[in-house]
Amino acid sequence: MEKLRYTLAVLVDNEAGVLSQVSRLFARKGYNIESLAVGTTDDPQVSRMTIEVLADNEPQVRLLCNQLRKLFPVHTVKLLSPSVAVRRELVLVKVATESPAARNEIIQLANVFRANIIDVTPSALTVAVVGEEGKNDALMNLIELHGIKELVRTGVVALERGAATIDEETKVKDEFDYGKNVR
Amino acid sequence: MKLTGARIVLECLLEQGVDTVFGYPGGTILNVYDALYDYRDRIKHYRTAHEQGAAHAADGYARSTGKVGVCLATSGPGSTNLVTGIATASMDSSPVVFITCNVGENLIGKDSFQEVDITGITMPITKCNYLVHHADELADVIREAFAIARSGRPGPVLIDILKNATAEEADYEFMPLEEQHRHGRLALLLGRSSHDMTAPEPDLADIDALVAMIAESQKPLIICGGGVVRGRAHEELAIFAERIDAPVAITIMGAGGFNGRNPLTTGMIGMHGSMASNQAVDSCDLLIALGTRFSDRVALDPATFAAQAKIVQVDIDRSEINKNVQTDHHIVGDVKRVLQLLNERVEKKYNFSWKNYVFGFPTETKYSLAGDALTPKQISDAVARIAPWDTIVATDVGQHQMWVTQHFHYDYPGQLLTSGGFGSMGFGLGAAIGAKVSHPDKTVLHITGDGSFRMNCNELATVAYYDIPIVTIIFDNRTLGMVRQWQTLIYDERYSETDIAREPDYVKLAEAYGLEGRRVSNVKDFEEALTEALASGHGYVIDCAIDKDEKVRPMVQGGDPITQFILN
Repeated sequence: MEKLRYTLAVLVDNEAGVLSQVSRLFARKGYNIESLAVGTTDDPQVSRMTIEVLADNEPQVRLLCNQLRKLFPVHTVKLLSPSVAVRRELVLVKVATESPAARNEIIQLANVFRANIIDVTPSALTVAVVGEEGKNDALMNLIELHGIKELVRTGVVALERGAATIDEETKVKDEFDYGKNVR
Repeated sequence: MKLTGARIVLECLLEQGVDTVFGYPGGTILNVYDALYDYRDRIKHYRTAHEQGAAHAADGYARSTGKVGVCLATSGPGSTNLVTGIATASMDSSPVVFITCNVGENLIGKDSFQEVDITGITMPITKCNYLVHHADELADVIREAFAIARSGRPGPVLIDILKNATAEEADYEFMPLEEQHRHGRLALLLGRSSHDMTAPEPDLADIDALVAMIAESQKPLIICGGGVVRGRAHEELAIFAERIDAPVAITIMGAGGFNGRNPLTTGMIGMHGSMASNQAVDSCDLLIALGTRFSDRVALDPATFAAQAKIVQVDIDRSEINKNVQTDHHIVGDVKRVLQLLNERVEKKYNFSWKNYVFGFPTETKYSLAGDALTPKQISDAVARIAPWDTIVATDVGQHQMWVTQHFHYDYPGQLLTSGGFGSMGFGLGAAIGAKVSHPDKTVLHITGDGSFRMNCNELATVAYYDIPIVTIIFDNRTLGMVRQWQTLIYDERYSETDIAREPDYVKLAEAYGLEGRRVSNVKDFEEALTEALASGHGYVIDCAIDKDEKVRPMVQGGDPITQFILN
């Protein structure tokens, strides 16, 4: 069976060791983290992680969410399905430009994808692009023809669409559903 | 008032009502031990022969009293020697606070003498752990650690304190236990939507749904798991089972959660479960699982486990729901509270034909008693005859563990101390020490096999030093019996490395530690030895010679359907 990609938003204490605690949990439950992005939130005591994993089905991921919630530095876990979340990733890529023609072509490609050229030297260009993995992958496939020298992705960050927030989920919905037979 | 970190640690233990700790001193924890010297009339410290023994003793103390056990150890090897003990407590949800000290802040991260990252090592086997850098953090951390260890699903917590934090001074104010949740880290933790600190109140609609399922059911079965023991819900369960007239199968961790002499019990369930228990799982129409995680030793094959029945899971830990077996209904909450609510609502039922069917199968294995040779069954029966009814039994792991779980009847929570989840050989003697020092009026037996006993028999030194009257009974078959049983049945009798003939003389070993010992090979001698041992009032070792091909019956192989017995 093909595994599906799930996105988890996790609020955690901004403390030493929390990242390894969270990542170890995925490892010991047999999941590989496909993408991970961490940064502080508007509250400096709290960090937000966006974690993507491959799993067979949603009940499995919900079990994983419950395991995560048991970790004391974890405040909130929310499963963000792609239909209700905006997801973005930043990719920086350094491309070889052996001729002015190649350089122009890459600049044109960057324009089409609304990417930015953030560094230029006679033999290389660095392109920055923000988007979902699909778009970023498409640009990378085209750029690859010119020879990628180096590439770095930040991992996906995601937020729920609309006015709902992760805190509302914790305080209201999870609280309400907790322990009940919610399907 | 200003106190050193070491004194703050001990003051905080007193705040928690701790009067007994187990441990082993060493370089980095010296400040704490130095302070302990002034507290020795209020905190009784038992120094074991090895840190692992101290860990198991604190665990045995916690399991038998229901209170939080405390264990101290130094840095480096002192702390890594705790690891098996911590994992044992973690797998069986036993509340123990482990306090270790690490090298000072100026030495940390430099591969200093006896330095190790113990918070990193114990991350997956503790509920949570702490690295404390300074004395002013100590009181807050210790208060939170105790609250976490005992709340929700209990479990071990580790606090690693840098040596400088035990020497420097900080402000300390006494804070009564009932005030602590309103202050500091604990208040922050409780202010969050953390459900792990307070058991959720069961949902009444879900309770009513279960009441309706019970009313409809013709063939209900209850599984009593470790949660009933940890939650001390045995009285509520007795009322519940009698009210709905349902047979009760007991997991190894559930022993004592339901009176072993109650006619409704079908005995143990699972790999070495009774025919009655396992057949009942296979034919019930409603399975009510109380505080059990359906481990692979119970639900051997999750796909066929009670597949014909509606399965209802009651657990305090929401992450256990549907983890191993898919359930039809669940209630998250403290099993004691859930049972109280159920008892207020369920109608009296009678299930005569169902009980006739279930109890048509044996609830206990029958053994032939031919010949003079001493058998495991005879030993268990003699123990039951001679030892007081409320004797606490601590076991190690292997055949003897199954025999005494099957043939001894446990009547109250905390009566059987056994490493059911982690299966740690060498658990028993430490656990027995923890149980005996907390229950001086009760008889405590350490029942072990020769393989397990050799792992931590060094704790006989502790038994002798503190003159703790624990009777060790060795099921001595000169082999690693459980592994041999698998080799006989599953591995074509290829006895690879299980033979441990030419063993030490356990009687002389006991004598070397200053204890009495006796080797017996028939029932009469065993009875005499046990009577003498119990009357002696000191530690005593009885070495029982049994045949190496005695087997634990019945047996279902791991992964097979629960009624597919390969031995009966």
